Amino acid sequence: MEAGGLGMEIVRREKVSAPSDFRSRQLSAQAMLRGELDDEELNQYVEERVLTTTLEKAANWARGNAFMPATFGLACCAIEMMAMVGSRVDIARFGFEAFRASPRQADLLIISGRISIKMAPVIRRIYDQMLEPKWAIAMGACSSSMGVFNNYALVPADKFMPVDLHIPGCPPRPEALAYGVLKLRNKVLSHPDQDWRTRYGGRGTEEVLQSEVEGDTNAGHAINVFGDQVGQGA
Amino acid sequence: MALTPDIDYREMERSVELSEIQHGPEDEFLTLNMGPHHPATHGVLRLLTTLEGEVVRDVKPIIGYVHTGIEKTCEDKAYWKVIPIVERMDYLSYYFNAHAFCGAVETLLDLEVPPRAQYLRVIHSELNRIASHLIWLATGGLDLGAMSVFWYGWRDRDQILDLFEMSSGQRMHTRYFQVGGVMEDIPPGFEDAVRRFTSGFPTRLDQFEDLIDKNEIVLQRLRNVAAVDEQTLLGLGVTGPLLRATGNPFDLRKAAPYSSYDHFDFKIPVGTVGDNYDRYRVRMAEMRESVKIIEQALDGLPEGPYITDNRKIALPPRHELATSMEALIHHFKLVTEGFRVPPGEVYYPIESPRGELGCFVRSDGSAKPARVHMRDPSFVNLQAFKPMVQDLYIADLIATLAMLDPILGGIDR
Repeated sequence: MEAGGLGMEIVRREKVSAPSDFRSRQLSAQAMLRGELDDEELNQYVEERVLTTTLEKAANWARGNAFMPATFGLACCAIEMMAMVGSRVDIARFGFEAFRASPRQADLLIISGRISIKMAPVIRRIYDQMLEPKWAIAMGACSSSMGVFNNYALVPADKFMPVDLHIPGCPPRPEALAYGVLKLRNKVLSHPDQDWRTRYGGRGTEEVLQSEVEGDTNAGHAINVFGDQVGQGA
Repeated sequence: MALTPDIDYREMERSVELSEIQHGPEDEFLTLNMGPHHPATHGVLRLLTTLEGEVVRDVKPIIGYVHTGIEKTCEDKAYWKVIPIVERMDYLSYYFNAHAFCGAVETLLDLEVPPRAQYLRVIHSELNRIASHLIWLATGGLDLGAMSVFWYGWRDRDQILDLFEMSSGQRMHTRYFQVGGVMEDIPPGFEDAVRRFTSGFPTRLDQFEDLIDKNEIVLQRLRNVAAVDEQTLLGLGVTGPLLRATGNPFDLRKAAPYSSYDHFDFKIPVGTVGDNYDRYRVRMAEMRESVKIIEQALDGLPEGPYITDNRKIALPPRHELATSMEALIHHFKLVTEGFRVPPGEVYYPIESPRGELGCFVRSDGSAKPARVHMRDPSFVNLQAFKPMVQDLYIADLIATLAMLDPILGGIDR
């Protein structure tokens, strides 16, 4: 390597025989398993090894690092969504490649494309069928703001469902989508586990049947979406 | 949810009519709904199938789930602002959509496109055809359970999209084709990059064929499945690889050459039986022919302007704006109002990866089209779906849909 240049230097360090040394940790683990550690040593052993966290944080860590997006393509953006799974961007590096065909198994809905008025109820139903906690990404200009079209046929996603993240572009590059998914991961990791009604102030807007509302004092603000036609749909 | 004042969503659902099937008292039929959220329907196609056991007796495609109002929106935009709107129609063959529209407007204007622009259009169109067929191959392979084809198909398609990005700055919906030519000249290094791709791509195609053509499962699922004869397809107006798979060599690049396609030496691949295997082979062979066309177009790429020098139609070069008052006026007029087109109607068909893509434009003399209509091949080809899949197993329905290659954005517009 050139003298005085900005280079990499490999320094061989002396092995430190501190208590954190691997071999001594191994030995103490064996001793613990044999039941040879006493009060003081046992306390030290536990303190060295246990990382405390809350169950919520641990669960969010797991969720945020392994979204299962629903296999759901609408239009042009769906092609770039597939390109994100493809060999170049390869979202599997981050653990988000497990696309699930059933909304019951998915926790992330990527709305990839333009939403026509005919399609909007279908998307809302798919979102409602997903289990909490669930997130939604509006990918591309159309699902965020109706994009270049901006006409009678389309409706932006925010109008009928909660959206956590908007990704600009027409269509966004696969890298942009991967960046968005990682942003959503940060959001999931840094926030305590909340369902979408809590996140977006939607408490009390649950869709219920008239028969369930009667006698329930807590459901005062609940919306009976079915009117008086009890039993239809649901 | 009230969609129109007098019909609600459920009534709309009930209004779908299924055809009557004559059957004996012991037969049992099952009506199965597939879609619009179904991973194998290539978008948001919805199929109402009537099954007898596993056998499809009737199928009714229900479309309109990505209706975007593109044709109506076009009437509200100046001619050159329509191009990005129509590009988003059939979202795998964006160059073809723009080409059909630009060609129609150029015919109305009686405008000559410079030879260099015609060759550049051919190069980009054929690259787009390969990219579109690669997505068909990748997703079609996925539907047949061939996962590795998906990865390889996407790898090669990304290389083509890099070329598009090089010439226009966008991966998809590039808006590269312009009325009167193309948006700007190809950058330095583009030709080399395309040649690098075309020299390596036939080897890749060999690899694909090694993967698929020797796979017994794929062969059994494609061969002699969903064969429809030529006359039925012609009666339904089907064009493109589906028609060519039956042996009819109808291809607008040969039948009615446009954009200098008569300068190039290429063949039209045709099939014999018209089954799913022929459809697969025709598309694979088309990719090879496209590579040949691209190489010939690069060899013979003429020098000269890349867009018409008619300043009433095309924007003046940027450097002229600083020196020429006239250029400034033209620029201002084009950007604010756009150019006016003499009254008339025209139908301009081109050969898209899925068949005859025609653009009908009616002009009333203003700067906005009075009517833009697209004859989208996916829409017409979907009519042949029922004769294809009738009395087949439902698993073959998925494979046939993959080989039909419909793009719902083009169907619903």
